[in-house]
Amino acid sequence: MAYVAIRGGADAIKGSARLMEALRAMGSSAPLDLDQIERQMPLLHSKVLSEGSLYHPRLASLALKQSLGDSLEAAFFLRAYRSTKPRLGETAPHDTRSMRVVRRVSAAFKDIPGGQMLGATPDYLHRLFRFELMDEGPAQFDQITREWFGNRPKAEMPLTFPKVLDTLRAEGLLAPLAESDDEPFDITREPLIFPVPRSAQLATMARGETGGLLALAYSNMRGYGDVHPTVGELRVGYVPVMVPHPVTGKPMEAGEVLVTECEIVAMFEKSDDGAPVFTLGYGACFGHNEVKAIAMSVLDRAISVATEKGRISNPSEDPEFVLLHVDGIESMGFCTHYKMPHYVTFQSDMDRLRAARTKAEEATDAPR
Amino acid sequence: MHPVDTMGQTREGAEYGFAFLDEDAKRELRRSIFKAVCIPGHQVPYASREMPIARGFGTGGMQLTLALLGPDDTCKVIDQGADDSVNAANIRNFFALTCPGVTGTLRTEAASVIQTRHRIPELPLRADQILVFQVPYPDPLVVVEPNAAKRRRMHGRADYARLWVKLYEDMVAFDEITISHRYPTRINGHYIIDPSPIPRFDVPKLHQAECLYLFGAGREKRIYAVPPHTDAIPITFNDVAFAVESFRDKTTGKRHVCRRCGADDSFLDEFPDNDGARVFQCSDAAYCDMRLERLEAAE
Repeated sequence: MAYVAIRGGADAIKGSARLMEALRAMGSSAPLDLDQIERQMPLLHSKVLSEGSLYHPRLASLALKQSLGDSLEAAFFLRAYRSTKPRLGETAPHDTRSMRVVRRVSAAFKDIPGGQMLGATPDYLHRLFRFELMDEGPAQFDQITREWFGNRPKAEMPLTFPKVLDTLRAEGLLAPLAESDDEPFDITREPLIFPVPRSAQLATMARGETGGLLALAYSNMRGYGDVHPTVGELRVGYVPVMVPHPVTGKPMEAGEVLVTECEIVAMFEKSDDGAPVFTLGYGACFGHNEVKAIAMSVLDRAISVATEKGRISNPSEDPEFVLLHVDGIESMGFCTHYKMPHYVTFQSDMDRLRAARTKAEEATDAPR
Repeated sequence: MHPVDTMGQTREGAEYGFAFLDEDAKRELRRSIFKAVCIPGHQVPYASREMPIARGFGTGGMQLTLALLGPDDTCKVIDQGADDSVNAANIRNFFALTCPGVTGTLRTEAASVIQTRHRIPELPLRADQILVFQVPYPDPLVVVEPNAAKRRRMHGRADYARLWVKLYEDMVAFDEITISHRYPTRINGHYIIDPSPIPRFDVPKLHQAECLYLFGAGREKRIYAVPPHTDAIPITFNDVAFAVESFRDKTTGKRHVCRRCGADDSFLDEFPDNDGARVFQCSDAAYCDMRLERLEAAE
């Protein structure tokens, strides 16, 4: 008998939850420490922070632990928690020039003011197994840490860097930054009714699912679109969060958030004064997630091109198509829901099929 | 017997406020509900919050219910007509966790708010009851137009020509309208709604009802309503009658009845038993139990 016909759903889900818990605890592995998740799986942790769109590193670790490592589910925990919190205020726009940079590269110029800074990246690692890591203890960690810090000359690197794009702007190759006093669209307080302002576009993608953004951006990169990006600057680092002081109203630093930011330079277009200028795509998200930031900047550009030209030629250029399909919490939920009982609607489907078949049989049997 | 329990708060829910959502969110939901009632059938956009159950599992219905429930309410949750279906049980547990004081019930007639997925209860609802639907697709036009901005314009102009064409094409291809559930239904002579995936069997219950019907689509962020005493007419042609699901046996010509309570007027679940024979049973568990109880009492 189908599971839905059994009266006992409440017991079944209770049992299922207990089994999940038991499978986690069984065996000889030690319980996961939250610090282990944040320190040793920082990129997974970053994904959850940005897709959950709540900057709470500790809860992001707990979410990963509770969701058994599923990044979609973990982001979902943060989102659901967010629903219970009121919006307390707004900050002024943050300038990423004040970012405490841990990595920044430009693909546009061999050298950039302040210099390229590779930082920590897996980009140039050989994906060859280091089998010795299969058996690693605290002693190895100590040694690695000591070797990194030991005998290092005092860093001469500055903490902050100028923006690569400022150079292009100074030369007039890129349109000057338009100051905007528009109130940013808050996607957590307003539904998307199209057309939506660019701030809604950016906010939606900033908490979008990495894989979803990547798939759509990749379609554009392959030829279903023509953004042809050059990474003007990709930077990762900590941005001080400035909030207005409750009494004086003056901005004060409340902490810092790890952010990945990508600015791509795309094909040139005619500017308002007629002279052609490069165009720009922007991507930014919480945590260290470069694929997401690049994909987002490509999509930002793709959508803007179509909006400016008033013509959508590819899925990645359609704001509705992109923005309504990149949210991991929504898409994952709806995909999962197909597992739920649908037997009333299926009964209804069978009824229609049987009726249509009867009509078809009658038509065949009828004398010609 | 029908157990009636008090939804008591447990340790796990103690971290959260009454009815989970923050008060601003509830206020917005209530404003959207008012608007939906004032413009019957119109899809009101709202800032749908994330719920701790997945999108697609009834988050729209849950937000409505949470905005409606007060400590003196009595709440019932059904899925596929049954209180004990996995998803109904899960949502019910969540309300129990986050709404201390609210009474839970399995009886249709005892509930002030009923949250449902895919069914309208068999017992006619009263003026003091609200039925909250979980809605996967709020827009009936999505089958003919994927672009939401265009659909909004079509609704504004009551331009439903393409839906009629779809129905006509069905008649040409199959000599039957093939829409099985989510049957497009015109409300108060203007907007056509997707009445959520209820079977056609339930659609007539929307018409000139005593109770308020509220529809919540969480993922698609829309709320709409069919208020009491409002016309709700499934769209058909003059010469093609709207037909509900038939439970008539093809060979005997008789209507199947529920194997438990013998009802011949309810929507039935059909499923194979362990020997592969087809059996039929009331989809509305509370209705079936009520009938059984009455039969037992009569004996």
